[in-house]
Amino acid sequence: MAPIPFHPEQFLTRTQAHHGGILGIGYRAHGPDWAELDLPWKPELVGDETSGVLASGPIVALMDMATSVAVWMKRGGFVPHATLDLRVDYLRPARSGETVIGRGECYRLTRAIAFVRGIAHDGDPDDPVAHVAGTFMSTGLKP
Amino acid sequence: MSLPPYARLLGLRIEPNEEGAPVLVMPFGDKVMGRPGFVHGGAIGGLVEMAAVAALRHALGDEGATIKPINLTTDFMRGGKDGDTRAAGHVVRLGTRIANVEAFAWQEDRNRPIAAARINFLLAR
Repeated sequence: MAPIPFHPEQFLTRTQAHHGGILGIGYRAHGPDWAELDLPWKPELVGDETSGVLASGPIVALMDMATSVAVWMKRGGFVPHATLDLRVDYLRPARSGETVIGRGECYRLTRAIAFVRGIAHDGDPDDPVAHVAGTFMSTGLKP
Repeated sequence: MSLPPYARLLGLRIEPNEEGAPVLVMPFGDKVMGRPGFVHGGAIGGLVEMAAVAALRHALGDEGATIKPINLTTDFMRGGKDGDTRAAGHVVRLGTRIANVEAFAWQEDRNRPIAAARINFLLAR
């Protein structure tokens, strides 16, 4: 199938019933090979009740989505794909109460595989909370 | 063992396992769905990490160590479909400061994992 063009802002409405919507992941910005999404702090997303620090699962979900959208931006539209692998380095805890911003970039695209990287930060991109690298396999294009 | 708010959001429950590390169960539903009919990769990532933490707490026993994840690498092997997803961790090495843990998630058949993860933890005790 050919890529289906879309605007990520319409795709990420924060109110959808699926996982990203439940977490509250929303759109911030995008470019030809990148996308920036955010995850506002919510008490339900806490992984450590004594510190109020977000669990790492929501950050995985945020970065999986930000890098996914980056792939679709570089492909020129939506093509179904599956995450092959995603590595997350937790550089430091996100500050309790702060929105986490996830910026994903697709730095290399082949017919079948997309290579991505990204960072998550809570205000200062030069002081990230997490760094990610991963690959996606497109499941909708003929090899 | 108590679960944090994020685990409650995923709807996780702990399945008793007298043999070893606890098995975590995540029911299927809108809350964990990504593309229609499939479990979101982020929810699977959250589940396997929780399973790794549970395995580590089990291995540490009564010792009250602080556990901090350093990194998580997840391989997604199969799509997670409509149904329960289970996950369990295995502590490969329990050091003084570092624990190396692997975790698997599966649906009907434990021998056909849908995801595998390696997680390194920093321990403070």
